[in-house]
Amino acid sequence: MSRFAKPVKIALSLIIIAGLIVIPMNFNRYGLFILSQWAVMTIAAIGLNLTLGYAGQVSLAQGAFVGIGAYASAIMTTHGWPLPAAIPVAIVLSFCVGWVLGYPALRVQHHYLAFVTLAFSTLAFLVFRNESWLTGGIYGISNIPRPHLFGIATNKPLPFYYVCLGSLAIVSLAVWWLIRSPWGRAFMALRENPLRAQSLGIDTRRYTLMAFAIGSALGGVAGALYAPLTQYIDPVPFNLSLSLDLLMMVIVGGAGFYFGPFLGAMIAVLLPEWLRFTEGYYLMLYAIAVMGLLIWSPTGILGILDRYLAERRTKAASALRAVAKSRLETAQ
Amino acid sequence: MSNLFDLLVAGLATGAIYALVAVGFTLLWQTSQTINFAQGEFVMLPAFLMLAAMHAGAPFWLAIILGILLSMILLGLAFKMLLVDPMMRHGVLPLAIATMALAIGIKEAVKQFFSAEASPFPSIVPTGDISILGHAVSLQSIGVLVVAILAVFGLTTLLNRTSLGHQMQAAAQNPTVARIIGVPVERMILLTFLINAFLVALASLLITPIYLAKFSSGEVLGQAAFIAAIVGGFNQVRGAIAGGLLIGVLDNLAAAYISTQYRAAVPMIFLIAVILLRPQGLLGRAEERTV
Repeated sequence: MSRFAKPVKIALSLIIIAGLIVIPMNFNRYGLFILSQWAVMTIAAIGLNLTLGYAGQVSLAQGAFVGIGAYASAIMTTHGWPLPAAIPVAIVLSFCVGWVLGYPALRVQHHYLAFVTLAFSTLAFLVFRNESWLTGGIYGISNIPRPHLFGIATNKPLPFYYVCLGSLAIVSLAVWWLIRSPWGRAFMALRENPLRAQSLGIDTRRYTLMAFAIGSALGGVAGALYAPLTQYIDPVPFNLSLSLDLLMMVIVGGAGFYFGPFLGAMIAVLLPEWLRFTEGYYLMLYAIAVMGLLIWSPTGILGILDRYLAERRTKAASALRAVAKSRLETAQ
Repeated sequence: MSNLFDLLVAGLATGAIYALVAVGFTLLWQTSQTINFAQGEFVMLPAFLMLAAMHAGAPFWLAIILGILLSMILLGLAFKMLLVDPMMRHGVLPLAIATMALAIGIKEAVKQFFSAEASPFPSIVPTGDISILGHAVSLQSIGVLVVAILAVFGLTTLLNRTSLGHQMQAAAQNPTVARIIGVPVERMILLTFLINAFLVALASLLITPIYLAKFSSGEVLGQAAFIAAIVGGFNQVRGAIAGGLLIGVLDNLAAAYISTQYRAAVPMIFLIAVILLRPQGLLGRAEERTV
């Protein structure tokens, strides 16, 4: 089975990627906006998945890092800096703040950690709202320009969608590489058994901080793209509910699965849009769907797939065993 | 100085309400490892149930009783049976996420079926001021404090002085042993859910006249209750009470003396400090860590 599984996987990925490039070409403005939003939120969710799904550190502050990235890029681009210069600043800034936020994780775990990060998230929101000399306060920052990349203006929705999609591709590849590197393995060791990881010589302290910092940096990337996407930011989108939404995306998609954030963000961003025909009921239905899914499969959508594949594999294995056994019996 | 006195009384009154909500929160955590992110919405909903009963023509007292009963059925029984029971064995995080979804669901349902606008809510305590030690104190603050103290006193008596309370504590502390010595653990867990529902309904009744009934009013309350519960000690009822009062007072003093813009930051910074310096909470016991 595994002989043709890989080509099938590659073909499937290529079809999806081609679909993401070609199909939106005749989407309207709004459709492109939603799809770009999906790409941006996926980047943030991938970051959180790294912190939570792979390294096992609960964070309720990913929304705050999206905010930090968004403000960094909004402030810089409205002051005449190009976006490619603002993104590294957003990354470094969120990385450093994320590193500092990781320190509590060295001391407390699980729900305590969740609450420290929750408090941080609220503090960040207050700073966005109150430091109006920097962030424009409740009036926010408007007229955020979209970048010129390689001489191409991305003011129109379609080119900017490709900017988001391209960024998502770069982030996906980087994370793919990261979780297969010794670092990724160290993160997983941290999640599964910190004590054993430490006794194997993994510097758990450094990797915990790294998990936070890298996850947060990806939140910053998402934010840096979010600002030119909406072209106007104020503190409201970056309050605690964004952090909770991102956490929901990761869990619903499947924490610790590489494709989990893609699916989770799809459900969180697109499902409410598809349910829009139900008018006022759409968020309610979304909430019910999430609860139902979690009751059915607490490991998220990819958890269902994973169990199904595992079942098939055991079935196939037991079939093979049965064949082998009957062969042995006939030989006797 | 009279200003400080007023602030303290007002702070204690809101703090007492936070304490009620925080106590329920810790009860759920202790008996079933449920981190209820919808606790704030649980406080918001009963007020709307009572308003709905009044719109249907029920007098205020009947509406209160109906509201409390309905909350116990919806937020106690149904919450436990439909959401917590199927998810409990899967660990803390998926259940916490499911309660986040529940919070969205409750908010949207109220917005859709009732109103997106803030509605006034009658007070069970007459408005007006009385004079204590030469200070004018609003009757509402006094009433809130009295009701909250009675509720907390009743609850601690139940937990510490009655056989039922001892069984509940046993079920929370060590379910396996409790089961062996014949405590009906399942029923005790259900009881804590019902108590939580009762407490949030009571908190709803006390706080809604002050802040109006609005679908989004649960967010702030829920957060205050979390902070109170953790600051006081996640595994202790008296810790949650102390935490609630402390956060209420701190919040009011911060608004008056530090900055209205950053008033919400003070409890948060306090929370971070407590978690880092004394993770078990001010009055809590240290939880054993398996790792």
